[in-house]
Amino acid sequence: MMTTRLRWPVLGLMVAASAVAIASPSAPEELRGDRAEAAVGRAGGQQPTSPTQPTPPQRTAVEVTLTGEGGAQTRLAVPDLIALSNDQETQDAARVIGEVLWNDLNYEREFYLIPRDTYKTIPSAASMDTVPFDRWRELGADGVVSGIVQRAASGVRVELRLYSVRARQSVFGREYTGSVANPRLYAHTFSDELHLSQRNLRGVARTKLAFSSDRNREAVIATVEKREVKEVYIADYDGANPRRITINRTLNITPAWSPDGRSIAYTSYRSGLPDVLISNIFAGTMENPTKGVGQNFLPVFSPDGSRIAFMSSRDGNPEIYVVNRDGSNLVRLTNNAATESTPTWSPSGTQLAFTSDRSGTPQVYTVNADGSGLRRLTSESYADRATWSPAPYNEIAFAARTGPGFDIKIYNIASGETRQITFGEGTNESPAWSPNGRHLAFMSTRAGRSQIFTVDRDGRNLRQITRDGNNWTPHWSQ
Amino acid sequence: MVLLLTMGGAACGSKAKPPVARPQPPASVADNSPPPKPPAPPQPIAEQPISVPPIPADELSGRSIDDLNRDSPLKPMFFALDSAEVSGEGQQILQANAAVLRKYPNMQVTIEGHCDERGTAEYNLALGERRAVAARNYLVSLGIAADRVKTVSYGKEFPFDAGHDDAAWANNRRAHFVITAK
Repeated sequence: MMTTRLRWPVLGLMVAASAVAIASPSAPEELRGDRAEAAVGRAGGQQPTSPTQPTPPQRTAVEVTLTGEGGAQTRLAVPDLIALSNDQETQDAARVIGEVLWNDLNYEREFYLIPRDTYKTIPSAASMDTVPFDRWRELGADGVVSGIVQRAASGVRVELRLYSVRARQSVFGREYTGSVANPRLYAHTFSDELHLSQRNLRGVARTKLAFSSDRNREAVIATVEKREVKEVYIADYDGANPRRITINRTLNITPAWSPDGRSIAYTSYRSGLPDVLISNIFAGTMENPTKGVGQNFLPVFSPDGSRIAFMSSRDGNPEIYVVNRDGSNLVRLTNNAATESTPTWSPSGTQLAFTSDRSGTPQVYTVNADGSGLRRLTSESYADRATWSPAPYNEIAFAARTGPGFDIKIYNIASGETRQITFGEGTNESPAWSPNGRHLAFMSTRAGRSQIFTVDRDGRNLRQITRDGNNWTPHWSQ
Repeated sequence: MVLLLTMGGAACGSKAKPPVARPQPPASVADNSPPPKPPAPPQPIAEQPISVPPIPADELSGRSIDDLNRDSPLKPMFFALDSAEVSGEGQQILQANAAVLRKYPNMQVTIEGHCDERGTAEYNLALGERRAVAARNYLVSLGIAADRVKTVSYGKEFPFDAGHDDAAWANNRRAHFVITAK
């Protein structure tokens, strides 16, 4: 079984024993849309925001008008893969890979994904010779991804190719072999590799979200009141494959990934008092970098994974501390009679942002990692849970009180301007950037209970990720 | 000591309990004799209001810690929105709780700091911490030994009232006392 490798794509393992580039021998052409009238501009254009709500099957003149002169966006089709074996698993894998790949490619909005129900009648192709390029051209596709799934000794063999409809040739291809247990991962991997190859973009299809959840409905032991435990879970970026990480039947909240995706730090009440624990999710071991000293909350790994910033009341008042992962070199970063909380690192690790109420209300501040250079960023009625975007974006997202609840706002460090990307639908808290800075995960009550959603940095492309129980404090793996 | 016991009794008595005839405290409240048949304070809850002739010498002795916490002689104190300040009313509650702690010198407690849902989950961990510590500091200022009182912040993770209105929020902004030893 290769399930161990398939189960944990965050590791960055290749899906399969063999992942072979099979682009056509001619120099791969960059696949770009050249049809201005067909394009849907990224800035103002209309796009399907969710695979369940595709745009109308036929594009209309209105759409074309709306796109204006913006950069023509490449139009891709992802028809069903062809199962070359008759067994159910292979057939299911072929279906799942096509669906998931469409969603993955659509998610980054780098391509315009033509809704799948508009080309059900165009036959899928098992090889380049049989790709019906004329039909795809009629549909207005610039590219089409075709693939096959075949039973193999170790599981399945999956071959995926991106064809240029105009050039009538393959411009990008990959072949994977491995377990059939999680066919979604083949789609995720191909999507990431295609984005990297075609757009030099780091896609998030293989990333994961960590969050805390009460979905297991267990009660805390030994309390008089009825209290529900919260455990740390992880799931694929699209919510699939949820897995429970902690099992200690207390509060386990505010998880944060290590940069290598092998560990999750979190606030745990396992000992009865809040402390920082690290679960090494592959090794099955735990660490306690704070050594049980005082009460410790809200850990976050530094970008190089060597240090952890956290909030602690060990000296009598909530302050920000930094400690090496092995527990050495504890540094107190703030020293103030007010409350300091919720640290986050800058992408370079040279600065931190955190929340302080020294002005009378909680606001987001930044400070150099040595404690110098304090600077107040926000002037909200209440701001918390800063999250610092990766390059090239120089932004800090946070939750701001905007009424009875919170909304997600983004502060641009260069311009000093703040924009808002959620607007009062329920409360919206705990933002966390995706590793490529294009998306945010956050908690929202807009669907009733507390659930994890993702949204793009421009406020579009909202997706609900969790549906089981209540779910809080998401954090996105690197 | 007598004064504080009396204050504690008065505070409890003002909680609209049936005015049971209160036994007179023995004139000689010993200074340091171990639990010296302390005066039975008014029963916090009218379990058997009348005709229980012999009030047990120690009302804690017959009850498990869980029982005590279900119907605790230590009352929660409440906070204003986004505040960790002990109000005047909060001081009275803490004085009454201090009296109970003085009366039962073996009693150990954990003060839980809780917040309502209107703050963020993250910042409320800090606010709950400050609430618990504020309550503890006040108890210590009243002479309660610091090592008898632990604190823990639960932020808004364990609301007492699942509602989403002012009454629920007020009920959830609290320093909650849990007896851990008696």
